[in-house]
Amino acid sequence: MLELITFSLLNGIVYGLLLFMLSSGLTLIFGMMGVLNFAHASMFMLGAYFSYQLGRWIGFWPALVIAPLLCGLVGAGIERYGLRHVHKSGHVAEILFTFGLAYLIEELVTMVWGRNAVANSVPQAIDFPLFQLFDSNFPAYKGLMMAISVAMFVFLYLALKRTRIGLIIQAALTHPQMVGALGHDVPGVFVLVFAVGSALAGLAGVIGGFMLLTQPTLAHAVGPIVFVVVVVGGLGSLSGALIASMLIGILQTFAVAVDYSMLDLFRALGIAVTRATPLYDFYSIKVATAAPIVPYLLLVLMLIVRPRGLLGKRDV
Amino acid sequence: MSDGSIVTMPSSASTAAASRWAHKYRAWLAVAVVLLILPHVPGMNTDFGRSLLSQMGIAAVFALSFNVLFGQTGLLSFGHAVYFGLGGYAAIHFLRAINHGLPIPVPLVPLAGAAGGLLFGILFGSVTTRRAGTIFALISLGVGELVYAATFMLPGYFGGEEGITASRTRAPHLFGLDFGSQLEVYYVIASWALVAAFLMHAFMRTPVGRMCNAVRDNPERAAFVGYNTQHVRFVAFAVAGLFAGLAGGLHAINYEIVAADAVSALRSGTVLMMAYIGGAGHFAGPIIGAVTLTWLQVSLSGYTPAWLLYLGLFFIVIILFAPGGLAGLIMMHAPIVRTKAFRGVLRAYAIAFVPAIVMGIGAALLIEMSYRLSTQPELGTTMRLFWVRMDAATPWAWIAAVLLLVVGFQISRRTWRYVAAAWTRASDEARTRTSAAGTP
Repeated sequence: MLELITFSLLNGIVYGLLLFMLSSGLTLIFGMMGVLNFAHASMFMLGAYFSYQLGRWIGFWPALVIAPLLCGLVGAGIERYGLRHVHKSGHVAEILFTFGLAYLIEELVTMVWGRNAVANSVPQAIDFPLFQLFDSNFPAYKGLMMAISVAMFVFLYLALKRTRIGLIIQAALTHPQMVGALGHDVPGVFVLVFAVGSALAGLAGVIGGFMLLTQPTLAHAVGPIVFVVVVVGGLGSLSGALIASMLIGILQTFAVAVDYSMLDLFRALGIAVTRATPLYDFYSIKVATAAPIVPYLLLVLMLIVRPRGLLGKRDV
Repeated sequence: MSDGSIVTMPSSASTAAASRWAHKYRAWLAVAVVLLILPHVPGMNTDFGRSLLSQMGIAAVFALSFNVLFGQTGLLSFGHAVYFGLGGYAAIHFLRAINHGLPIPVPLVPLAGAAGGLLFGILFGSVTTRRAGTIFALISLGVGELVYAATFMLPGYFGGEEGITASRTRAPHLFGLDFGSQLEVYYVIASWALVAAFLMHAFMRTPVGRMCNAVRDNPERAAFVGYNTQHVRFVAFAVAGLFAGLAGGLHAINYEIVAADAVSALRSGTVLMMAYIGGAGHFAGPIIGAVTLTWLQVSLSGYTPAWLLYLGLFFIVIILFAPGGLAGLIMMHAPIVRTKAFRGVLRAYAIAFVPAIVMGIGAALLIEMSYRLSTQPELGTTMRLFWVRMDAATPWAWIAAVLLLVVGFQISRRTWRYVAAAWTRASDEARTRTSAAGTP
């Protein structure tokens, strides 16, 4: 039992930190520009593919640096040459633009790397056991991922709270017009935020690529969960995103490990339930089977009860 | 819906009232006549053509129902397929009950779908319409993912991956119709599509339909006037759910199977694209979008594995350059079509068309060759593109494609000047005309 709890907790934290890497960039983009960036998970996927390709050409460590930079460049291009022009047509057009972009990137990736998953396995440089726990090895790449994620949080936190550009970004989160009126280059800040957000997603993709399957449907697989993190955490709140990622990561890993259903609860309470009872199918769903819907349940409940999220300062 | 030129009016003139009625609804009568003869038009009078028309009809109802939310009420939904799919499941279970002896004719099955869509529209809508804007979009996304995941958790009702099947032929035969042929199915779908379109158009003109527009444009003012904006959104949502469910019911009859893909995010995304590409600002826009996209889907997917890429590009181009959609593009020409300078506009279009086509061919060559190399290597590298044999393994094919693309783009950029100039002349002429007509 102790082993199960320890492992679920550890895996939950690993998964949660991966989610945080994925969503930290989006919380800035979404919080600041109000753009529900559907292409954010596509940047994550591009990061995974870039690192796979670069890893084959020049090795893993250079790829870890170059792939996110490429993603940042792509992100800056998207903002400068696409999103900015759509901006005048309103928020809906912006959302739809990124939605179409996500579609397009999925197909472009298919065009270049094919429809099947590429063999993006863990590089040898980080494929060794870091330490042993209950006779199981904890792999080094998970350790690296956790380290990068924590470093990302510290870097972003300090950059936002302690630097001048962070101050402007913080101000632009709540009062974009005022910041613009004070003479700051708000569109330039937007490009910067979009590029940094995309680069962070790309970095997450480099690490996440070999933990998940690197295939064209990767973006769609992780995309909706990223929104859940951002909304539950609160708009533009980095700490909120961290808490929400951990919450979702741990909740989901624990749910997978629970092999009980509502039937067991009824039985424990002494209520007789048979196949003839209405909604029997519904009661017999095991918690483990229901694990994939936990984040979405959380999203819907949060939006209804508290649309500003855990630590958000204003509504979505 | 404004085109009524091909109407054959029943001008027996027995009563003036009948003639007035026919005049009032002439556009609808024209559409009915077109729908009636369409499956017999050469080219469409095959099983394939009729199946395509049936798919278009289903898509049109679905896209119109989406636009009740999006265009009319300003609610952007990323989970509209939920009501399509759940309506479809309700209909397919109803059809199964008919197979087991329920004495109801098949053409009424879509009503079960509509009831299912309405039920879930009310159920989910009562919660999701509490907010508008981005929050609504996010909630709809969450609900969509929830329901999609739930279809795999409740295999007893949803049938998992394989879905639920039923037969439309094992049913009581009304007037000797057994729905074995695609033509009979087409007429069921066309009739329901016409009725649904008429009802949605009518809903748009009811007071509550007008209030939907007010809530879309200025919710604060609508609230100050004394309307409950949440209630208005809820009504629109329930109506949209009803018609989405109806479309799902038509889907159930047409395919005799409903599976989890009916509620998937992909379907929600497709209907969004249909409505937006067609033009959400006009009633007929979603119909144009549904017809165009269904046609593209069926025809392009037979020729190229890259058709989703073309669809994505098309969508992005529409968002960037024609936010009003295809209907918006058509309506844009309405004021200038009668001017003298309009011929100049057409000539500019013709000039601009040539380099644009060259550019498009270059892009298509690049896309097709890349797709062949990365997704179908087993077919080899030689391929026929635009009636020309080429080998994607040689650099010449790629150089030619890039040349076409670059040269086409450079010339295309220059031709836009002519189009813009011709447009300015035409709209100036139209403006002087209207002002001349306006002054007594």
